[in-house]
Amino acid sequence: MYRHSVEIIENKKIASNIYKMTIISNHVAQTANPGQFIHIKIPYDESLLLRRPISINGVNRDQNLVDIVYQVVGKGTKILSHLVTGEKLDILGPLGRGFWIPKGTKKIYIVGGGCGVAPIRFIGERWNHLDITSFLGFRGQSWAYQIDEFEKFSIKVFLSSDDGSIGFKGPIISLLDKQLSIDKPDLIMACGPIHMIKALQKTLIKYDIPCQISLEERMGCGIGGCLVCTCAIGSKNNWNYKKVCTHGPVFWSEEVILDGEFETKC
Amino acid sequence: MENLKLNVNVAGVHFKNPLIAASGTFGFGLEYKDYIDLNQLGGISVTGLTLEPRKGNPPPRIVETPSGILNSVGLQNPGVEYFIESVLPELKQYNTIIIANINGNSLDEYCHMASRLQQADIHMLELNLSCPNVKQGGVSFGTDPKMVYSITKAVKKHSYQPLVVKLTPNVTDITEIALAAQQGGADAISLVNTFLGMAIDVKTRRPVLGNITGGLSGPAIKPIALRMVWQVSKVVDIPIIGMGGIMTGQEVVEFLLAGATAVSVGTANLVSPNSMIEILNELKNYMVNNKIFDIHELIGGLIV
Ligand SMILES: Cc1cc2nc3c(=O)[nH]c(=O)nc-3n(C[C@H](O)[C@H](O)[C@H](O)COP(=O)(O)OP(=O)(O)OC[C@H]3O[C@@H](n4cnc5c(N)ncnc54)[C@H](O)[C@@H]3O)c2cc1C
Ligand SMILES: Cc1cc2nc3c(=O)[nH]c(=O)nc-3n(C[C@H](O)[C@H](O)[C@H](O)COP(=O)(O)O)c2cc1C
Ligand code: FES
Repeated sequence: MYRHSVEIIENKKIASNIYKMTIISNHVAQTANPGQFIHIKIPYDESLLLRRPISINGVNRDQNLVDIVYQVVGKGTKILSHLVTGEKLDILGPLGRGFWIPKGTKKIYIVGGGCGVAPIRFIGERWNHLDITSFLGFRGQSWAYQIDEFEKFSIKVFLSSDDGSIGFKGPIISLLDKQLSIDKPDLIMACGPIHMIKALQKTLIKYDIPCQISLEERMGCGIGGCLVCTCAIGSKNNWNYKKVCTHGPVFWSEEVILDGEFETKC
Repeated sequence: MENLKLNVNVAGVHFKNPLIAASGTFGFGLEYKDYIDLNQLGGISVTGLTLEPRKGNPPPRIVETPSGILNSVGLQNPGVEYFIESVLPELKQYNTIIIANINGNSLDEYCHMASRLQQADIHMLELNLSCPNVKQGGVSFGTDPKMVYSITKAVKKHSYQPLVVKLTPNVTDITEIALAAQQGGADAISLVNTFLGMAIDVKTRRPVLGNITGGLSGPAIKPIALRMVWQVSKVVDIPIIGMGGIMTGQEVVEFLLAGATAVSVGTANLVSPNSMIEILNELKNYMVNNKIFDIHELIGGLIV
């Protein structure tokens, strides 16, 4: 969980507006779990006060390497995209409570949309002994990334895009819905934009399958001290604001109340 | 470095150094215990407490602005009772000054909380008359000198610990409010709380914050905060805890020179959990490099 300086090993564009950065951190590589994130101080611009939370995309424990994948959406991610091999980053992490595998789980569906595909890859890498089917939604062909990585650990990879340039034309949750009507996993794990998560929650009403989702909320400290990152958790009549940075970012889908939440950029 | 005298006395309370974690930015302190040694801090002003538990405002609750942040947490907290029973025992294991930041919707609520905290093992009470993120109470009490006077006076009667009154900067004349607090019996004054602000997303045409408006803090407010501390220090006789945008040891020195006896660090804690330790080390370095061995040589030392 601690703050340290890490060196950038590689930083390259892997799709339209999407970059993959590899850093070297013994601490993160050895201790991180899927769904956890690192909190990055943006260098070179002191006016960008807050750290940026970015999920861990995968780790290489032998070489202490950590991958992150990020979309350029604003000033902070723009600066990140210009950094080169050898430069240093001030990070905190790994932070948050990631995905977990309940006892007896054998078969999982993993669902990612847009930049939400990035953290999902770590699930497949870490828990590749499970029977995994992947559902990946992208805006279009030029926004797609790491599909080959998913093919390595998945029995099948379902693809969709908004414009039909890759896979099924339409929302990835429609594909998932179709598949669920013929075959059911023990557990679903998902990460993606709010509209995808909302569609997923709606679909799940029909099925009795546990589902973990990873949420995004604007953050401050990242360690539970400032209460700015909350999301409504509980049931309709009995809920509380819980901290996404420490209670989450991963929650059970059925306890997450997204009524008042609007779309973020990615 | 070991011979430096950093300790200060605020209204009879002894701080080992002048750095206090600002309310709302440091949880109950315990959230930070894995990152820094809490024993090294002068004090901790815990997250804003209310009589009953409070859910707080809808998200998003934070947005970054140039060199600042807007927040609209809205005093989410488990209530004063929970604080006393379930948080304080663990917090008291650390050797640092504990300040309870209290918030009410009415005069009655403030007095009730002060009474309840009389028997609690805290060192100071901070009367927050300045939260911009709640509909009732908060800043609306803090902008009227008559209200500030009467609330301070009433709460003082119910409080056992020294009473700090925290002022909002959202006023025309800060000295008038500070004097009202002093006349009401405040033992010390802390300033500033956040400046009311807002941010708009032009794509969605919506306010970015769920609460529409929020409080601005961080380096963006420092020059104004510093000016206010200086103005207040010229008119009151009670000690001042200064804050607003402190990110470095150098800036602690600025607030001390302007007349603060101690300072609070807020937004910097959101940037890095160990910020206060870095700031403390920078302060010590400044003193060594400038041959200042007692922090009191700096307090109110502005040359004009
Ligand atoms: C737990 C978590 C994991 C994330 N993982 C990834 C990831 O793996 N890849 C990826 O591309 N993005 C991820 N995000 C979103 C990412 O944090 C934002 O896109 C990024 O902070 C934008 O920064 P910026 O300076 O470029 O944008 P700006 O809009 O300039 O940022 C301004 C402020 O808003 C915050 N902000 C803006 N958008 C978001 C958002 N969607 N979520 C949270 N804060 C936001 C920024 O952190 C910053 O404080 C994650 C967010 C969270 C909470
Ligand atoms: C996220 C956040 C929550 C805050 N909550 C409180 C609070 O509960 N009570 C209070 O008196 N001040 C609160 N404040 C104000 C700070 O204590 C401080 O007065 C202000 O942020 C200015 O200092 P800074 O620029 O160092 O942050 C809060 C500030 C922030 C950023
Ligand atoms: S970001 Fe500070 S509590 Fe979650």
